[in-house]
Amino acid sequence: MFDFCADPDLLEGGRWLSCYLTTPKHMMFYQSFLVVIVLMLITAPIALGVGFLGALATRSHLAPLRWLGRGYTSLVRGVPDIAFFLFVPLALDQGLEYLRHKAKCPDWTDAIRQGSDFVVCSEAKFPLSSTPQIWHELYGVALAIIAFAFVFGAFAAFVLSGAMNAVPRAQLETAEAYGMTRGQVTRRVLVPQMWTYALPGLSNLWMILIKATPLLFLLGVEDVVYWARELGGSKTSAYSYPHPDWRIWYFLALLVFYLLVTKLSEVGFARLTRRLSRGQATAHGMNEARKGAQA
Amino acid sequence: MMSCIDTIQAYGLRAIGLGERLLPRSDFTLCDQFVLIGSGMIWNLYFGLGALLLGFWAAIGMALARNSDNWMLRKPAEWFIFIFRGSPLFIQFFFFYALFTQLPREGIPINLGVVSFTAETSWLTRAWGGALVTLFLNTTAYAGEIFLGGLRSVPKGDLEAADAYGFSGWKKFRRITFPTMLRLAWPAYTNEAIFLFHATTLVYFSSFPARQQKGDALYYADYFASKTFNPFIPYPILAMYFILLTLAVVFIYGAIYRRLNRHLPSNQRTRLRPRPQIVR
Repeated sequence: MFDFCADPDLLEGGRWLSCYLTTPKHMMFYQSFLVVIVLMLITAPIALGVGFLGALATRSHLAPLRWLGRGYTSLVRGVPDIAFFLFVPLALDQGLEYLRHKAKCPDWTDAIRQGSDFVVCSEAKFPLSSTPQIWHELYGVALAIIAFAFVFGAFAAFVLSGAMNAVPRAQLETAEAYGMTRGQVTRRVLVPQMWTYALPGLSNLWMILIKATPLLFLLGVEDVVYWARELGGSKTSAYSYPHPDWRIWYFLALLVFYLLVTKLSEVGFARLTRRLSRGQATAHGMNEARKGAQA
Repeated sequence: MMSCIDTIQAYGLRAIGLGERLLPRSDFTLCDQFVLIGSGMIWNLYFGLGALLLGFWAAIGMALARNSDNWMLRKPAEWFIFIFRGSPLFIQFFFFYALFTQLPREGIPINLGVVSFTAETSWLTRAWGGALVTLFLNTTAYAGEIFLGGLRSVPKGDLEAADAYGFSGWKKFRRITFPTMLRLAWPAYTNEAIFLFHATTLVYFSSFPARQQKGDALYYADYFASKTFNPFIPYPILAMYFILLTLAVVFIYGAIYRRLNRHLPSNQRTRLRPRPQIVR
């Protein structure tokens, strides 16, 4: 990157380090931090949406829908999340190809599962083997996001249904007394009020989501863990920048990165809590109101 | 084709290196998958129980240090808890494995003046040692925070009553503070135990090697999924084992919770809610 980096063998000390840390591979390492953050920001709203539907399902009047909601949340909480991260992408991929196979090649007579192979006709492959590499990678990332949303959606459903139950019953009854329908009560009273009760759980969930992102590595995404292993491993003199096994320093950097992100999130959520408890009939809300009155 | 009894004899203890050396390579039966994944659960139990038993006592110490008036005790405890709760366990595994492999292979000579000996380090690079140490440190931080919450919510009246009866120092802690703290923190600690068992599945997917294919339940589930290319059998089996394990944890912790609450009038006793919240 710098002009003096032309011949790495002649460099020493600080200059060597500054050149070493700006190699193209290191730039990709730094980019992967952004990828992680972007993935978190994409996953969180999807998971929240799934969780919201799940929470509504657990409160539904239709018994099958209620069972579905409850079954979903308790299944995900009873099984290690990493099992889902390994299972969901593979299952989705095969499910998708199976459906496309049924639709596109109805004349196919061979079994799809042949021993230890999963064979579909070539038109059913997804993405098609002729599509450029970038789409294959994006497809992998999309599957990973769905797997995360599946797991965190269940967690969010649990938090949100708890929050919905925490909204004072009297509020809902008053709304009903005013003649609102069940849907109106949910939309106008229940949902606006539940957030302050949901926030502690959701902030906790966000922290867990942050701490689950390194598991993307297991799904073959070239994330921070991948690059830390790649760059940290010892490099012989065949490389331009030979060094012994430095993985410990790279993982230390990752630890510091995650500590910073969780710390920043903590501060952010503390502010949001203050903002959301304004005008709520909770201890925190009353404190805020009192402070406002004095000022 | 082996019968299922043969399979159990051959692979029941495969995870700890007993029985058949080679894993099944083709014609996987349902029995193979059940037995081998079940055999892997030995490691999940070992890591979970080991870390819980060691971490319980360390966590109480951590909570006391965190609650101490002396900053020399409080500050390190605060940092310890912050570091281990604020970073992903997955990265912690990678970091500690890298750290343990950097230790000198022949051990670290320790000279205490009177005695000098060599501290062995090679066991730390093995999963059974190094991963257990990492999980132990991790659960110490999480449970420490939980016990701190319990410690801080011990009712003032209980402590004043203890003072009035002439309890002080160790006796007051042992008889009054500790049991109440444990009782208050127990539901949250149950969650921690459940999620610790779930976290044990990460061990063989971080850098700790599964020597001679001796791995945990998820390791074997992944083995079958990649060999048969069919995830719909091994992962549900794994899920079943873990749901059973979760139910067992809830049952045992519920029994302990009832014992901790046995002195309360029956209308004040709360049942341990068997619906785990997410704490990690």
